[in-house]
Amino acid sequence: MLELVDLSHTYGSYRAIDRVNLKVAQGEVVCIVGPSGCGKSTLLRSIAGLIKPTGGNVLLDGRPVDGSPENLAVVFQDYSRSLYPWMSALANVGLPLRRRGLDKKRREAAAMAALEQVGLAGAAAKFPWEMSGGMQQRVSIARALAYQPKLLLMDEPFGSVDAQTREELEDLTLRVCAHHGMTILLITHDVDESVYVGDRVVVLSKAPGTVVGDLPVQLPGPRDQIHTRELDAFVRLRAEVGRLVRGMTPHRNGVETR
Amino acid sequence: MPKVNGASLLRGLIGTAGLLVVLEAAGRLGAWDTERLPLVSTVLLRAGELLADPEFLVSARSSLTTWALALLVTIAIAVPAGLLLGMVKPAEVAVRPLIEFLRPIPSVALIPLVILLYSETTHMRITVAVYAALWPVLINTIYGVRDIDPLAKETLRSFGFGPGSVAYRVVLPGAAPFIATGIRLAASVAIVLVVTSELIAGGIEGIGVYITIAASGNRLDLMIGATILVGLFGILVNALLVAGENRLFRWHRARAGAAT
Repeated sequence: MLELVDLSHTYGSYRAIDRVNLKVAQGEVVCIVGPSGCGKSTLLRSIAGLIKPTGGNVLLDGRPVDGSPENLAVVFQDYSRSLYPWMSALANVGLPLRRRGLDKKRREAAAMAALEQVGLAGAAAKFPWEMSGGMQQRVSIARALAYQPKLLLMDEPFGSVDAQTREELEDLTLRVCAHHGMTILLITHDVDESVYVGDRVVVLSKAPGTVVGDLPVQLPGPRDQIHTRELDAFVRLRAEVGRLVRGMTPHRNGVETR
Repeated sequence: MPKVNGASLLRGLIGTAGLLVVLEAAGRLGAWDTERLPLVSTVLLRAGELLADPEFLVSARSSLTTWALALLVTIAIAVPAGLLLGMVKPAEVAVRPLIEFLRPIPSVALIPLVILLYSETTHMRITVAVYAALWPVLINTIYGVRDIDPLAKETLRSFGFGPGSVAYRVVLPGAAPFIATGIRLAASVAIVLVVTSELIAGGIEGIGVYITIAASGNRLDLMIGATILVGLFGILVNALLVAGENRLFRWHRARAGAAT
């Protein structure tokens, strides 16, 4: 459903990403991992239509994207900046639904349902600044869910919460997105997370970022924070991705490839 | 936003009362000729009586109307202009020198010119007050818009909202606390300039006119009494606006508090 063709972007003379090619199938969870400064965020912002890439194309369902595409939602790392402090959690979640042409009642019902899915039904009337970081990021996730996008982009979504909350949110994301059959592109610098969450892990090189590895993750589902992470396949794949991220030559033997 | 608590309010009242008592005692002990400059108690009594004096009330109503209209015109001009200049960087760069040139010109210096331009005194007074009150609202609005987090705007854009929706749903509410502060400052500035223009340019009604007439009758008690009422009005307006800001923009204070 999503296809990147030779996607490139330069800021002045700085080349952030260079001819990125990627195909994502409907319902797939693809994690993009790379060293810091590999142009991960530039890639995501190009897909979201927030910046106009200087080269190449973004195709959604075969059509080139111009501006911000319909049916797309983004969850940013910085929930405190991305949620609106003058609105309650419910109003924050309901806001994008204005684009769906729903009346107030149906917007609120949909927002409430999404908050229930992330376990925040009781906090609907709270303001973001009255919530913990983990709760705020749940609200961001609920906002994306309520919008029911076909493609969900997540930019380091769990990078600003503590380790335990991070695991909870990883599982929450996997659960609700499987339920909705959403396609997810998740950007992270965390090798562990990319293997745990993804159906596929795409590794970007240092800037200018380009695809240096595209590994299928074949781990039994549903994933479990303890059991999945102790599987041999998980450990081997994590090592393989880690090598690629550090720019070392791939070590193909141990990895189960399709 | 300044927060007034019970203890600081009490201290302020004690300080004010203390000064009044000292002045009253000094006057009664013959520190000055109380035939010329009346006692504190006389002035306060006159101020109270003025509130029931029909002649004063006509003037007060006139000044109040001028002030309210001036503030409305100020908001109607400065808020949209500030939003535009805040959002469109090239426009702001283009008019910045003009703003920096016009802003320091004292509004009072324009009174002779404005008198020649308007036959209607109320229009003249409003123009003078708006000229001075415009700047705090304009500058605060521009800074408020600048203060909006780019990510807050991008979030809405990523959901497919256009620039108009982003301005209305993110920029305006996000800048609102700054705009409110600007309006509060403008409210005080407008009081000063309405009374000043009445004093300088004269007219039939207005507190400034009333003070001028009291002065020509050598009634210092009425002059000071009327002046005190203007001051009290200023305090009241400021207190109401601060209370309104604290109520409406709790989120802003909560955020500012969390940041420090």
